This record gives sequence, C-alpha cells and structure tokens, in this order.
Amino acid sequence: METLAINTDKHTWHAACRVEDIPEDGGACALIEGKQIAIFNFARRGEWYATDNECPHRQQMALGRGMIGSLGEEPKVACPFHKRTFSLKTGQCLNDDGYQINTFPIKVSEGIVYVGV
Amino acid sequence: MNTNTNTRVVVIGNGMVGYKFCEKLVAKEKNSGRFTLTVFGEEPRVAYDRVHLSAYFAGKTAEDLTLAPTEWYAENGINLYLTDPVVDIDRDRKEVRSHHGVVVPYDYLIMATGSGAFVPQVAGVEKDGVFVYRTIEDLDLIQSYARKAKKGAVLGGGLLGLEAAKALLDLGLEEAHVVEFAPRLMPRQIDDAGSGILQRQLESLGLNIHLSKSTQEITGDECITGMQFADGSLLEVDMLVISAGIRPRDELAKSAGLDTHPRGGIIVDNSLQTSDPSIFAIGECAVAHHMIYGLVAPGYEMAEVVASQLMGETKEFKPYDMSTKLKLIGTDVGSFGDPFASEPACRTIVYENKAKGVYKRINVSADGKELLGGVLVGDADQYNMLLQTCKNKTILPPDPEDVILGSRGGEEAGAGVMSLPDDALICSCEAITKAMLCHEIGENGHTTVDALKKATKACTGCGGCTPMVKDIIQGVMKEKGVYVRNIICEHFDYTRQELLDLVKMNGLKTYTDVLNTFGHGDGCEVCKPATASILAGLWNENILAKDRAPIQDSNDRFLANIQRGGTYSVMPRVAGGEISPEKLIVLGQVAQKYGLYTKITGGQRIDLFGAHVGDLPKIWEELIVHGFESGHAYGKSLRTVKSCVGTTWCRYGVQDSVTFAIELENRYKGLRSPHKLKSGVSGCTRECAEAQSKDFGIIATEKGWNVYVCGNGGTKPQHAQLLASDIDKETAVKYLDRFLMFYVKTADPLTRTATWLNKMEGGMTYLKAVVIDDVLGIGDELEREMQLIVDTYFCEWKEVVENPELRKRFTHFVNAPEVKDPTVQFEPMRDQIRAKEWA
Repeated sequence: METLAINTDKHTWHAACRVEDIPEDGGACALIEGKQIAIFNFARRGEWYATDNECPHRQQMALGRGMIGSLGEEPKVACPFHKRTFSLKTGQCLNDDGYQINTFPIKVSEGIVYVGV
Repeated sequence: MNTNTNTRVVVIGNGMVGYKFCEKLVAKEKNSGRFTLTVFGEEPRVAYDRVHLSAYFAGKTAEDLTLAPTEWYAENGINLYLTDPVVDIDRDRKEVRSHHGVVVPYDYLIMATGSGAFVPQVAGVEKDGVFVYRTIEDLDLIQSYARKAKKGAVLGGGLLGLEAAKALLDLGLEEAHVVEFAPRLMPRQIDDAGSGILQRQLESLGLNIHLSKSTQEITGDECITGMQFADGSLLEVDMLVISAGIRPRDELAKSAGLDTHPRGGIIVDNSLQTSDPSIFAIGECAVAHHMIYGLVAPGYEMAEVVASQLMGETKEFKPYDMSTKLKLIGTDVGSFGDPFASEPACRTIVYENKAKGVYKRINVSADGKELLGGVLVGDADQYNMLLQTCKNKTILPPDPEDVILGSRGGEEAGAGVMSLPDDALICSCEAITKAMLCHEIGENGHTTVDALKKATKACTGCGGCTPMVKDIIQGVMKEKGVYVRNIICEHFDYTRQELLDLVKMNGLKTYTDVLNTFGHGDGCEVCKPATASILAGLWNENILAKDRAPIQDSNDRFLANIQRGGTYSVMPRVAGGEISPEKLIVLGQVAQKYGLYTKITGGQRIDLFGAHVGDLPKIWEELIVHGFESGHAYGKSLRTVKSCVGTTWCRYGVQDSVTFAIELENRYKGLRSPHKLKSGVSGCTRECAEAQSKDFGIIATEKGWNVYVCGNGGTKPQHAQLLASDIDKETAVKYLDRFLMFYVKTADPLTRTATWLNKMEGGMTYLKAVVIDDVLGIGDELEREMQLIVDTYFCEWKEVVENPELRKRFTHFVNAPEVKDPTVQFEPMRDQIRAKEWA
C-alpha cells in the first residue's frame, strides 16, 4: 500500500493499512517510515491502538502477533515470546517493572487506518 | 537520631550490601529529599551479584550480574563515585576524602567495605598463576590465564572454594583439584559423613579432592608449577586459586581510630553503630555479636536495620541464623540450625544412601519434640520445611524420622507450610515473613508469585523460597474457600472443566460467544488459549477460522513454533517415525530451498528451523504436494507416537510395534488437549521406545499389549503407570479413547497427564475404575466424542494453503506482504545457521 503522509504539528499521520487487514480483537505489524508498528483492532471495545512492534524484554519484533485482552479495565497485549504484557494505553509493562513500549496516536477514516509517527 | 531535612549520608563501598542499603533507604524515603546520598566504590563497576560469580564462567555477562544499572543511582539522586575508594575519614570535621581527592561531608557514614580474600602466609603466593576469587576482575585474570593452563587447583574446600572449583571445571581445565586443610569439605557447614558423600559426588564429576593437606610452599620459578605439602607430597599444577576464607576490610576504620577486632572487622553494637555514633558498619566488614556474618542474607538484614534507624525507627540487629542451602556443581547441600549438635544432648537421626549420593542428618532434642539442626547432601528438597520447623520450634511428629524420609504409606508428614507460625521467615534474602505474605495474598489480593514479587520483593533474591510462596498462596486461597475452584482467570469464574461442559451444552463455537455468555471483561492471554483448546476439543473445527486466530497461543496462531528472532520451525508428521527415502529427500530439498536449519527431534521426526512467517504457506504447499501433513508440533495436542522396530526387523521383538504406533498416531493426530501429548510403542520389554516416559505408552508382551498412562519427562520426570496388561489392540484403543477424552475434558489448562493424575483424588485406582470399569457410566460417551474427533480430522495446514482468507494473515507487514522482517538475523554454525543470540 502507498504510504500517505499528512503533517500535523506534533506528528505525521501515515496511512498504514485497511481496516480489514487487522484481525478483529487481534493485531498485526505495519512498516511505517522504516519503523515496525504494531496495530491492534480492539473490536470488542471499538478501539484501535498502535505501539512498538518490538518487545523490549528480548528485543523481539513480535508484539503485533500477541494476544490482546484486559487487566481490569486496562487494555493490554501479551508478547508471544515470554508473555510480558503491556498496557495498550500507556505502553507500561504490567507484569515486569522496568519495561516500557512506545504508543502512537491512531485513527480510522473511511476504512483506512492512520498512525501518527 | 537526627531526622532533620537533608541529612547527608555517605556509603563507603558499593558491594551487594552497600547497594542494598541504598535500595532500602531510597524505598523508605520515597523521594522526600530527606537524604543526600553519596556512594564511593573501589571497583570500576557498579554493585553486582557476587554470590553467583561462578555463573560468569558459565556464560553470564557482567551486565547480567549487575544489581542495578548506573542510571538507577542517577535516577534516585545518588552521587556515585566508582574506581575511587575513600582513603581518609576526618571524624572531627565529619568528612571523607577519596583517592581522587573528592571531599564529602557526612552526618552519617556507612562502612560497607566488605571483605577481601584471605591469603595464607605460604611461601610463593606471589608467583604468577596464583589468584584470588573475589571480583569480576579476578575472574577475568583467571579466565585469561586458564587458556594456557592444563591443571588447576583451588586452595580451600569451603563454600567459596567449591564455587571456584566449579569455575575451573567450566573453564575446561583438564585437571581440577581442591586442597583443604581440614579433614573434610565445607567444615563449617557439614559433618564428616556428609562431606564423604559430597566428596564422592564431586569426584564423580571430575574434581580431585585432597583433604588434611597443609600447604607449605608454592613451587616454581616465576610461575607456579606445584604445591608442596607438609606431609612431603607434591601436587603439580599450572594455576592456583586461593579461596581460603575472607578477611574483613577494616584498614580504613582502623586508621580512623574506630574499634576493630583483633582478628579483623569493625566492632559494632546491636544497632550496628561503631565506636563513633555517627558511623555504622554493615556486611562482611562488621563484627556483630562477636562474629563476622559471611553470607548475603544477614548483610541485607544489616542494611535494613541501619536504613530503618536513619528513618527514625528503632531496630536492632539480632543474632542471625547462618543456615544455608546451595547447589554445588549440581549437588544440593543444606545446613541449618546447629548441624553438629551431638549425643547425649540430642538424638541424631541419619539417613544415608551411597548409591544415590544422598545423606541427611537431623539433630532432635532429647525429648524428641524439637528439631535442633541438620545437614542435607544430595537432596535438599526438604530444606525450607526443615529450616522453618527448626527456627519456629514446631513440635515434631511422633516419628521424627518422617521429616527426612517422608512418612511411608501414609499422608505427608506435618501439615506443610500453613502449619508454620506467622513470624516464620519465608524469604530470608528480603526478610519476608509468612504473615506479610498472607496479608498481601488475603487482604491485598496479590495471589500470584509475580504479584507478590512486586508487592514484597519475595523470590527476587536467590529464588529458593518460590515453592514455599506458591504453597502459601494455595494455602491462603484454600482457607478462603477459593482454592477448591481453580478458576481460569479474572474473566471467567469457572474451572476449565465447568467451562467445557457449559460450552458443550450451549453449542458455542466462537470465543466471543463464550466470553459474552459466560465471561466478563475483554479476555486475556490465559483464557483465550484455554477456550481455544476447549473449542477444538469439542468441535474440531479449524483453529484459525471464524474469530479464533487471535485467541490462539503464540505457536498455534501461525501453526508453527515461534523461535528466537521471530522465525518459525516447521515439523511435518512422520507417524511412528517411519519415513521413506523419497520423503526424506523432499524434506532436504525444501530445507535447502528456504535456507532452513534441520535437526532430528526426540520424537523421531525432522524439524526445519528459521522459516520467515511469510514463507510458511509456500513451504507447506510444497510439503503437502509430496504427501506430508501437519505434525501439530505447535499445538497442545498429540505430538508423536515414537516406536522401535519390533518384529518387523528386531530379533527380540514380540509384536509389530511400528504398525501399532502408526495406527495410534493416525488415530489421535489433530486431537487438541489441555497440554501436549506424547506417546510411544515398544516391541518388547527392553522398551527402546521409552513408552513408560510418555503420556500414554504401550509395551508389547507375548500375549498382547501392556498400556501405561500419565508419564512425562520435563522438569519433574515421572514414570507412566500400568493401566491394563496383556490386552489386544481393540481393547487398548478403547481404553485409550476413554482415557484421553477424560483427560481432555477434566484437566486444568496446561496440565500434563502426570500432574492431572497426581491431583486426582483416588489416583490410579480411580482412573482405572473410570476407564476400565466405567464406574461413572461415561465410557460410551467418551468413545463417541473421540470417534467424532477421529472422523472429522483434517490437515489444518492444507486448509490454510487452500484458503486465501486464512493464508493472507501469514505476513510480517500487513502493508508490505512481500517484505520479510529485516531484523531477523542468523549466524553460521557447523555448516548450517542458528538464530542470533538474544541481545
């Protein structure tokens, strides 16, 4: 897919993929400006999230393949390698202090998913 | 105690105890800015784990051993000076001066100078090739010298000396010797008989042990060539590591005029104050209660005592228990309470098994009621229980030997961890009592080991208390009545078995339906794969179809095993381990084409590693064309039925084991279960297929087949138990159908058959009653349910290859399907590739 970039003050919106490219209540990885971004379609809550694809625990490019879910109200993703879980909202690791991932703004418009990088 | 704002605290020494003091103080003051903390360290690196120093030779890096990175000090406002020992204390002006001339004033000074290696006065200790074993720098020197050395010795057969000996073995020296002055190993911890067993164990691993040897001289010109002993004998060695004890670093205290002990060490009172009330000493440099505490746990307790006092609390350092448990070169050694108490003041009970290398001794009070101490060598599993029994003066059972032998033929001796008093110290590294853990579990809802680690730091030091902590969680939950129902997770208040029944009755086939009907919240990485397993076990539909792909665990999600670096391995089924030359060639060609690493597995098949996720459908397309099908190596499902050749070729075989193995593997392939299932069929009693180590195993007899169930390898190997003997194939299949389906329906998630059986009330007797005698009247139903799975079998990889919707998910980048993950890297190894090591 062509990457379409729209500049705003803080970040640039990039068209990442189509809505149907990301499985419902699951995730996948997109390549944006040379960066690996994990995109999650939290269909159950009608929410979308974007984070680093890399899990900082063992530096594996895998979060987009992880299972998502909730801890209390907090939406989270579990790394497929060793099950470190991260808040999709803040990027903070929820079961091992000291790890943190980046989160990115994300929006959906006319069937296209945009990520702000 | 001065608790004004901005108290200046200077710590001399950045070892384990010095660091722990900083950690405790930072945790207590909570960014209040009450203290200005300055730390001086002599070594070039920040505090590291000296207890596990020998792990450095076994592959751990200096970073792995680091307790907290340099940034941690900065983040917490600690001024850290490394490679800069304090050289002068001006007690009148209350300031210290470092080697580099840094002058820092203090309100309180903490001496955490630790200890150095004690080097005995032996002629020739200055020669090249003679080392001490104390710091990472020492280890680097030893490592580089060891490259040209063949024979090495350690002077000192104590705890540290044996650790150093392990290091010599790890460095690959041809000969490694341990030389001890006393007539036994670890003279301060274990008795003669225990030492004897330990010595035999260590000798069998290649160490040479020399006891009662007084070293007179280290021979050689510039470099060491040998050790001359007082009895006239000579040991030729190229290098020597001295580990004959520790000497407290008290030279700075001495020059500052503080009271020191004639045999070394800074004298402190019960508050750990030195003769100057503004100066404390903690760790191995301090003499408290007339002794040096040369272990890390009492050092940490000292750090806690001083940090508490600086916060204005009253806290004293009490005489500390020197019990210890460790693994020495693969052999467990434990010593607790008074290990040497002897008759007539007490009764001693000894268990010794030379064949297994196990020695256990307990010293029981004369009235038989209290445990005074003991020694464990070769098997220290009971150490924690014994230590607690000893410390808390728990009343012993009528037959005290039960505590080391286990009661024979009855229930476990004692009531386990819940019988301990509230103040029993469970985690001695962090001084966490049973009451503190119970409070966190019961009142604050920290009901997992991870949560307790965060809340209390228990299990974060040596980790030895983890099993007890797990038992306490179970115990508290049981008391609250929660334990009985082992619910799946926060999203489902049901056990797996209950949920399976509900899903079946209601005919639910998707995760969303199951969650909406019986759960709450949004699910998680525990209930999603558990539900996936239930759905597969009931309906046997493609696990990736409908909404089921994102609920599958890491491997099932892409029908392949995820490996380091994020590539996958591919393992087609090779039923019974039988494969034609043509198919072998296909595997080789596919591996070659996609650049895969190939290895024969323990389950008699061939694993192809290093496949990019995007290549998986193409690889399988080729394999399927040549007659292969999924091997389900990625699933909690039937893996392989291993076989020996039996009567078809073997001159001892009594039945055709290969044919039966292939029939069984083809019958149960694709069956999803709570955990993986492994099987084997042996053609005679020699058991070459190792069937008795499998979840279900079959051994041929002259009259038919013996069926064994619930064995496994893994962390805790367990032999399978005999279910039925001398039965024909049809009966064996019937029993296996019932057994497997009963397991699939009733086991907790991720529970192997062995653990399932261990937890089952009535054990094997009950299982036989259900499977053979059909006491529950569910035999027919179980067989029907299994037949449904057998009849609806399909190769899930074939479906993915042929279904564009499923196939398109096998990409790394959704917006660039043809691009492979550029971070994947391989390294060459023995003419093949391997994954790049974790960073």
